[in-house]
Parts: sequence; structure tokens; C-alpha cells
Amino acid sequence: MPEASISMDVRVPVDAVAVIDIEGEITQFAEGVLQDAHDQATRKGATVVLLNFSGLDYMNSSGIGLLVTLLVRTQRNRQQLGAFGLSEHYREIFQLTRLDEAIVIHSDEATAIATTSGGTP
Amino acid sequence: MTGDATPGKSRWAKPVEELSVGDLPPEALNLNVSGKQLSGAVQGFGQLWQKTYRVPLAGAAVTPQEVVKVWKAEYTTFWPEDSNLYGPVADLEPGDVGVINASQSGVRLSTGVMVMYADDESFAFALPQGHIFAGWITFSAHDEDGTTVAQVQPYFRTSDPMYELIFTVYFHRKEDEIWYHTLNSLAARFDVAGEVTHDAERIDTKLQWRNVGNIWHNAGMRTALHQIAAPVRSLGRIAGRKPDA
Repeated sequence: MPEASISMDVRVPVDAVAVIDIEGEITQFAEGVLQDAHDQATRKGATVVLLNFSGLDYMNSSGIGLLVTLLVRTQRNRQQLGAFGLSEHYREIFQLTRLDEAIVIHSDEATAIATTSGGTP
Repeated sequence: MTGDATPGKSRWAKPVEELSVGDLPPEALNLNVSGKQLSGAVQGFGQLWQKTYRVPLAGAAVTPQEVVKVWKAEYTTFWPEDSNLYGPVADLEPGDVGVINASQSGVRLSTGVMVMYADDESFAFALPQGHIFAGWITFSAHDEDGTTVAQVQPYFRTSDPMYELIFTVYFHRKEDEIWYHTLNSLAARFDVAGEVTHDAERIDTKLQWRNVGNIWHNAGMRTALHQIAAPVRSLGRIAGRKPDA
């Protein structure tokens, strides 16, 4: 089985907001890495989880499924899920798959944090 | 050109507001595709499932890329005989839209798919409003310890309450039969008799009641109504003919 070509770091820039920095490829083989990152974010007390796609090299259709699964997990934990750092191409994929109707896309990290940690969406 | 050099960009279809279908043969029934939106797992109603069907092509000297190339080129030949895919989908290029006509116990169903993603080792279908499933189906092949494994992975919620009921009591197993047939046929194409296996993961048990209105688009009901109304349409056509001079 091919190994995941991805790493994810979790940081907490402000209270209750966790940012998952994605570096590499989101394919079916990224499931464990993404789940671990979300578990870390939850342990750190995040009520908002932001996915930073700035370092995303590649995503295929299985990767979209992983994002929906993550969305379900965050909803189960009563967490908000957002994203930033998406290139024009990946914004189009969010549109195509209609993921943008459930995962709020922000222009950058500062806006994402300001919006989700107390500002008006 | 936007100058966006994102890797894999050409492998994805462009977003569409609504689907449009190209030329179809006369026997194709296109009722529930043109004008419909795509419907992903977020827009579905039922429980969220990921099913994974696999067949190792043990003994076949074939790479994952070769398997996917044949799978794309001969896609419908691996389907059960009671299902057809029509439209400009010969090469399964991203953005291609096809119309599916399937028969279940004599009942005809018209729905469709759009090729959402395609590369050398996989391709994926997105599904329109009214399809039994809201989500995606990914077809792929990869190498496992020197053996090429072909895989089908539907990721979906059923679209509406009626489909959820049908899925629970009947189509859950019917879907298994369809993909077992597909993978067995694919294995036979490479002259091997691989053993198909599958697992089903229920990712979310919650129903999304906010999407109950999807039932308006239900392709099964719409196809049935179209068939019931066929005699009326025939009479209308006869009545509308001008008498011979």
C-alpha cells in the first residue's frame, strides 16, 4: 500500500482556534494523518479548526471524501471547520464538489481567525 | 489561462452551475440530468457511507495505469447488462456528462454522472440531483506488494427519504452486486479470476433532514411518472397530426 505523502502540524494561534498546516498530498492515504491532526486539535481545546491549504501540493477525489469525513467529526464535536490558503484551482474544486457550502473559505489566516474567534462570519 | 500552475489541475472538471448533455442516441432516455446541479455528500439526506470494493489482479502482468486505461475505455462493458451509459464519455475526460439508463425488475431509471476527476490511476464520478446517491464514486488501481489491485469506492449519502428506505431494505445489497459484477468483469478482462472483497464504513448515522426537499428531484419517481404518462403523450401526438390531404 503506498504511503501518505503528507504531513500536518497543529498549532493554536489564539485560544480555542487550531490551525492544521497541511504540507503535501491529500489522497486516500492521508486519512490517518488527518485524523491524528484533528485529534490533536481537539485535545488542545479547539472549538474552531482551520485547515491551512497553502502547502497543499495535490488532492484527488478520495481527498474530498476525507474532508467530508473531517467535517462530520467536527460537527460531532461541535467545532466549526474553516479553510484558508486555497489556490484558485482548489477553490474551484470546493465549488465543484459543493464543499464550499459547508466549509467556510477565508482569504487568509488573519481573516479566518478574526472571523471565527468572535467576529461576524 | 490564469497562470495557476497547480499540479493536477487538468485532472479536475471545472465547476458547473447545471449539467448539460451532448448528443445522445435515440434509445437513450434523458430525463434527470440536463439542468440538474451536482449533489455531493454534503447535500445528501441519508447516513454517510464509504464502501470499498477491491479485487487483486493476481497473476496479471498489468500495471495500475494499464488497468485504469482499459477501465476508462471499456467502462460500460464491465457493468451489469441492464445498465447503459450514454453520451460523449468515450474517454472519460473531466467534465464529460453521461446519461445512465438502468432497469430494475422491469422498471426503467434515467439518471446520470459527470466525470469529476481523472488521472492515470483513477477516475471519479460526481452525481446529479435525483440520483439515488449524493456523493462521489472513485475508481482506481494501485500496486500492493507487486500485485495490481482494482478498487471502487463510493462515498455517499442517499439523496432523500424514499431512497434511504429503498437503500436500507434493498439497494444496499444490490449495490454490492453491481460492483462485484463490475470488478469480476474487469478481472476477467485481464484473464484472471480475482476474489472481490468489500467493506462498508458508516461514517455518519445522522440523517440530514434539512435536505428532505431533495425528494422533488427523485429520478426514480420522475422516470416512473414519465412512463405512466407515455400513453397520454402518444394520444396527444396522434391528435395533433394533420389529416392527410
